[in-house]
This record gives sequence, C-alpha cells and structure tokens, in this order.
Amino acid sequence: MRSPEYIEIFIDGRAYLLIRNSTVAAALLNAGITHWRRSVSGQPRAALCGMGVCFECRVNIDGHAHQRACQVLCTPGMRVITHVE
Amino acid sequence: MNPALTRCDVAIVGAGIIGSACAEACAAGGLNTVLIDSDFPGGGITACGMGHIVVMDDSAAQWALTARSRELWMRRAASLPDDIEYDACGTLWIAANRAEMDAVEEKVAMYRQHDVHAQILNSAELARAEPDLISRLSGALLVRDDAVIYPPAAAQHFAANAATLGAVMRFGQRVQVIEPGRIYFVDGTMLDAERIVVAAGLASNDLLPNLPLRARKGHLVISDRYPGRVRHQLVELGYLHSAHASDADSVAFNVQPRRNGQILIGSSRQFDATDTAIDAPLLAHMLERAVGFLPFLRDVQVLRSWTGLRPATRDGLPLIGPSAQHASIWLATGHEGLGITTATATAELIAAQLLGRTCAIPPAPYWPTRFASETTHAVA
Repeated sequence: MRSPEYIEIFIDGRAYLLIRNSTVAAALLNAGITHWRRSVSGQPRAALCGMGVCFECRVNIDGHAHQRACQVLCTPGMRVITHVE
Repeated sequence: MNPALTRCDVAIVGAGIIGSACAEACAAGGLNTVLIDSDFPGGGITACGMGHIVVMDDSAAQWALTARSRELWMRRAASLPDDIEYDACGTLWIAANRAEMDAVEEKVAMYRQHDVHAQILNSAELARAEPDLISRLSGALLVRDDAVIYPPAAAQHFAANAATLGAVMRFGQRVQVIEPGRIYFVDGTMLDAERIVVAAGLASNDLLPNLPLRARKGHLVISDRYPGRVRHQLVELGYLHSAHASDADSVAFNVQPRRNGQILIGSSRQFDATDTAIDAPLLAHMLERAVGFLPFLRDVQVLRSWTGLRPATRDGLPLIGPSAQHASIWLATGHEGLGITTATATAELIAAQLLGRTCAIPPAPYWPTRFASETTHAVA
C-alpha cells in the first residue's frame, strides 16, 4: 500500500499540509476551523450537507468567490480565504 | 380584523404596494378604510419587481408622478423600517456611445430645471464610479437621489400603518364580484363601500370589464453576494428605447446592487405573455446584454430567476382615479414597471381626490376615463 502523498495549501495565508485529494471542507475542519462563513443575519456557517446541495460551505478559492468547499479537491498551492463574500 | 364590519367609506381591493399605500393614505385622511387581498400584502407582482425608486422623463405626466413619488419616498426614508432596505445608491444612466452622451446632456438640463440633482460623468469618471464596467463607454448621467428598496416589505409596512390608523385588513379573502357600492367575496360575505378602489394589478381585469390593461412580462435574476462590485443602479440609456418605444420583445442592461451584496440582473419586456414561465432564449439574451456591460457577471453564482407580469397601459401612464365603468369604482393600477416608485404619489392622489382635497400634482393625466371612448367603442 502506497503511503499518502502530502501537499501544501494556504488557508487565510497560513500554510497547511494535508493529503492530496482531500476536499477543501475536510482541510478546513482538519485545520480546526469550525465555521468559515456567516449568513446574512450573522450566523456561523460551515459544511452542512457535504454533497454540494446546500451551498452553506461556500469559500473563496484562488480568488473565485462562492466555491463549495465540500466539492473542491485541494491542489498544491491552493489559496483558500474564509469569511469573504 | 372586525368580521362584523359590513360598511366602509372606501374598500381597496389588492394589498400590493399600490393598494397598501392607498389604504395608509386613506386611513390617514380619516376615511373608514378596508384593505382586501386574496393573499397577503406585497405577495403578488409587488414581490416580482426590482424596487427601483427612479425619476423618469418619458413624458411630462410621467415626470410629475415619478418626481413627486420620489420626493415622498425621500421624506419618509429615515423613518422606514430597516427591512425595507432603502438604499439611496443613485442611478447611473449609461451612455454607450457619443449619440447617447448627447442625450445625457439634454437630460441633465431638464433634471436641473426641476431641481432634481443630476450630474454628468465622463468616461473616466464613470470608470471610477463603477470599476467593473467595460471601459469603452462614453459616460453616464448620475441621478444621485434615486434609491433601491425591497418592495414586499414596503407593502407590508404601508398595510401595517393603515391598520394602526384604524383601517380594517381583510387578507386571505378573494373578491368574486364588484358592483357599485358593494363587494361580494367568494366565501359568501359582502362589504358595502361608498367607494371601491381596485388596485389588483392585472387581476383587476378579472373584476372589471374592458380595462385598458395588458400584461407586459419581465424576467429577473438574482445572484449570490458580491459586495462592492456594483455600487449604483446601472441602466443603459438604450433602455429608454427598448422599454418604451416598441411592442416587440426587448432586453436592456439594468442591474441593481442589493444592500447585502446580491445583484439583481434585468431586464426584459414582452407584451401579452399569458404565463409566467421562464423564456430561456430571452433570459439568455438578457444575461448576455448584462455581461456585455459588466463582464464579471459571467462568473457570478446565480441563485434564482423568475418572471412577473407588469400591468401596462398603452400610453405608459397608470390608471389612477374613477373608472369609466362607474363613478364610485376607482382604479389604482396599470403602473407597469414604475409601481414601486409611484406607489407614494398614487396613494396621495387617490386620498386627495376621495377627500376632495387639492392634489400635489395635476391628477387628470392619470384618470382612467382618458381611454373611455375606445373602451365604449370596444363594447359596441
């Protein structure tokens, strides 16, 4: 069995090592970030359905707003920004 | 609600933004008022529009009504509840070419003559005001005090004010028949009213015969939140041509920033559509038009698209005043795309005329009887 390949991504400017092909949502939770967006009324939001339906886990990835963290796989050097619309 | 009530001075049928504003104005004027809706305030065509408070200069009468209306909105802006989301973002009328820029110069003189703040932006100033617009535009007319609201919340606010002033609310009750002095409800009850004001949008056609009222369908799209990307209500000057000059299907660039960062994208016009289904090719055409001015829209996350049927008249002016059918049955409808703006002055005109008071603007251009000869002809 091959040992997992680790890659580096950046979450809010900080570097994290994680297994290639993790979802961004998994990376955020693994980094100890329990919510990464706020609703219009100010409530904390994170991945809810985990399958791309609810859009609660949206995050900015490489400059693109409103990407679903549960649907995007991490790639080397990816830059994830939380708490921006 | 007072179920025992069977008589009133004025019964208003339809609690959209127009009917609710009329109820508020009538109750404030001391009239014993009943506001009726088959559903709830602001749930119909009021909820389909953009909510642009705008001065329009198609005709002298349209100018008078929209300018007075905007003035009334501005006066009460500070006291409106937060959920109406009144945002004085201003309108940028965008000139795509030199010819449209010449039109801007004519318009600004007219606006200033009427003490409406208006300012010409050249190409560079427009780019600073709205950095995401394409760069090859000639300039724009900035109408500073135009605003944006969330219309259903405004309808509910006006209805709540009317109730506080003593008006009776009859919501969830469908009107079956209107005759002079009396309204019959589907549930078998009736209400005697000295005056009846029909403010039911296109549904007014179901209650009164031969109204000069047609459907003009429009599409809208709303995006996810992109705060700061659009700062003013943006409308291409070509809109004036596409919106008013022709019976053909048309689209125009008309984009609005919502206070929470969402972007409303319009607009389209189709006469005599019979249903509210999305017309995919027309919607695509509308969005291409918007992307042509604001390229970043190509990548925005769209949440929802919908349509609405605007109640339109042939001359582009609403029907405000006694109907051609009977002197005791009044109309307050036919505002097409300007009902949100003109709700305030419509209500003022209705209440002033019902109370026999002086109107702030001449009421005759909006009287439904201007179409009387042709409707009589149509009956014969």
